[in-house]
Amino acid sequence: MEPTAWADLSLAVSGWGCVRNGRVLLRELSFELGAGQLLVLKGRNGAGKSTLLRSLAGLMPWRAGRLAWAGQTLAPSAAPYQQQLAYLSHQAGMNDALTALENLRFALALQDQAWNAAHVARTLATLGLQDLGARPFGRLSQGQRRRLGLARVVLSDRPLWLLDEPDNALDDEGALCLADMLRAHCAAGGLAVVATHRGLALAEGLASTLDLSNLPTLNTPPEAAC
Amino acid sequence: MNKLLTATSRAPQAAQSGFRWRQLASPPVFFAWAGRAWPWFAALALLLAAAGLWVGLVLAPTDHQQGEVYRIIFLHVPAAWMSMFIYLIAAAHAGLGLVYRTRLSPLLARALAPTGALFTVIALWTGAAWGKPTWGAWWVWDARLTSELILLFLYLGYLGLVSAIEDPQRADSAGAIVLLAGVVNIPIIYFSVQWWSTLHQGATIRWNAAPSMNQTMLAGMLLMALACWAYALAVALVRTRCLILERAQEEQL
Amino acid sequence: MLKAVFVREMRLAQRRPAQALGGLLFFVLVGSLFPLALGPDSALLQQIAPGVVWVAALLALLLGQHQLFEGELADGSLEQWALAATPLWLLVGMKVAAQWLIAAVPLLLAAPVLGWQYGMTADAVGVLLAALALGTPSLSLLAALGAALTLGLRGQLLLALVVLPLSIPILIFGSHAVTQASLGLSAAPALNLLGACLCLALLATPWAIAQALRLALE
Repeated sequence: MEPTAWADLSLAVSGWGCVRNGRVLLRELSFELGAGQLLVLKGRNGAGKSTLLRSLAGLMPWRAGRLAWAGQTLAPSAAPYQQQLAYLSHQAGMNDALTALENLRFALALQDQAWNAAHVARTLATLGLQDLGARPFGRLSQGQRRRLGLARVVLSDRPLWLLDEPDNALDDEGALCLADMLRAHCAAGGLAVVATHRGLALAEGLASTLDLSNLPTLNTPPEAAC
Repeated sequence: MNKLLTATSRAPQAAQSGFRWRQLASPPVFFAWAGRAWPWFAALALLLAAAGLWVGLVLAPTDHQQGEVYRIIFLHVPAAWMSMFIYLIAAAHAGLGLVYRTRLSPLLARALAPTGALFTVIALWTGAAWGKPTWGAWWVWDARLTSELILLFLYLGYLGLVSAIEDPQRADSAGAIVLLAGVVNIPIIYFSVQWWSTLHQGATIRWNAAPSMNQTMLAGMLLMALACWAYALAVALVRTRCLILERAQEEQL
Repeated sequence: MLKAVFVREMRLAQRRPAQALGGLLFFVLVGSLFPLALGPDSALLQQIAPGVVWVAALLALLLGQHQLFEGELADGSLEQWALAATPLWLLVGMKVAAQWLIAAVPLLLAAPVLGWQYGMTADAVGVLLAALALGTPSLSLLAALGAALTLGLRGQLLLALVVLPLSIPILIFGSHAVTQASLGLSAAPALNLLGACLCLALLATPWAIAQALRLALE
């Protein structure tokens, strides 16, 4: 982690909208996130949390709105931006037939991240996965899969984290682990946008919240800055 | 992307202030224009077809080798030309839609494809009807017939794919990729009679030499070709209007 | 990175051998069905051999292709591939190359046996191997394109409908090459055409597959 390099980063979204099944779901959504800040996305099912995260990751086309990363407007699918984010979707993105370690190795290779065995071992230990390295991914429980996905995000050493319901299937201990990791990430200057139903075990004031089902009116941009 | 969204809502006012072709790129303007234009093309198609058939069936002389049966040429050749031409136009529109993300281009490709498939079937069917008396066989697996059959499969593959994908944007783009991949088949069909020694007769109408066929027959064929073109245009315009309405309805749900 | 993709594909094939060997079994089965159905007339079998072997190879390569990317889509890895540092078309190209090795090399090993069963001459079998070696990569690329375009849709039939018209030229040229060889004529023109198809496929399809995959993710 390079705290000084991340201090200048910021994420600004203005005028984002999404269409689902031909209907406009959200319109004129704007927010800004600076280094070390965390944005929690809340909303009922179908409110558009996952769509917003996928759009931020550049996986969905932007029908409206602009994205500015570190002050520069660019396309969300642009390589310089995508190389700075780590995205965790509902699934962990790993193959059932390969072992946990093999999956992790491949995932980090995909993100051009060097393999540091000691660092990996430490991270897995923090998440309680130290004995599961050689087990096929398909034999892990849902909670363990989620933790492995989190391990991947942490090890990818990227400044922007986009996490879609990371606390899904996690037990209380896992949820505390997640909170610790988010806290450490923000302390190091990273940014994170996290969608969650339950709310994270973070102290008040550490994160700002954007509730997608209760936007004041659909046309005024809700500012959500720390 | 913002520009596209606002441009479409501004279009109806612009239509009043002098006509420019580029305005047709917006669905509402195209819808209105196509509504006015298609009856003219339909009427033109009827007139040209009547003229062409009269020239072909009545005026043109009997062929000294094949007798009366050669008159299938007046439907077979224009249909074959149109099957290739329509594919190229549909592929071009699909490519434009893929690259520039225009809203109307994929709809035009979708509207043209069924007509192209129809012409391919007509070409194959009239070809078989012609082949039996002249070659003694309903079907021969030579290069030109085979590649025309491949063209039919390409059309069907495209139509199958776009109707199977529910998301309209994904269907448009996926269909465009398939159409563009198949474009390589068109030169193969066209030049197959030159590249391989085939049973099918060679090109009678060439770019750089006078046509080797009787003037009246040629006139009949060209009239029918224009009739097919006008028909294709009329049908495509009507179909595009339907597609525009469908898309607009989907977006209002 | 590309080496990691390759190693991963090999490892997966090793852990799920049934999928990998299915194509080979199908190839041998289809090849054996024709003599059973048509009778043992050796002259007839010699004549139809090139076509039968090629059709069997084409169908064997298409079999199960619709699952090529389904696994990655289902477990969410496709998104990570799209977000990777290496361009998606390169990753996809490497995956298809690995899949070709897994699927087509057994075919190349089994083809001479099939050819011998049909009474092909040694020259013809040699040309068959060369033609298959040139043609099966293009077929694999086209099958992958079909798999990417129909990703997430139900039914294998659509994939076949989309891919078969595009693969027919390769089928024709490949079969023609072997026929020419069995007649004692030069197969070079047909093999050159196969090579040209391969060049075209290598240039255009990986990019098209990457586009189709991104479409499936949207």
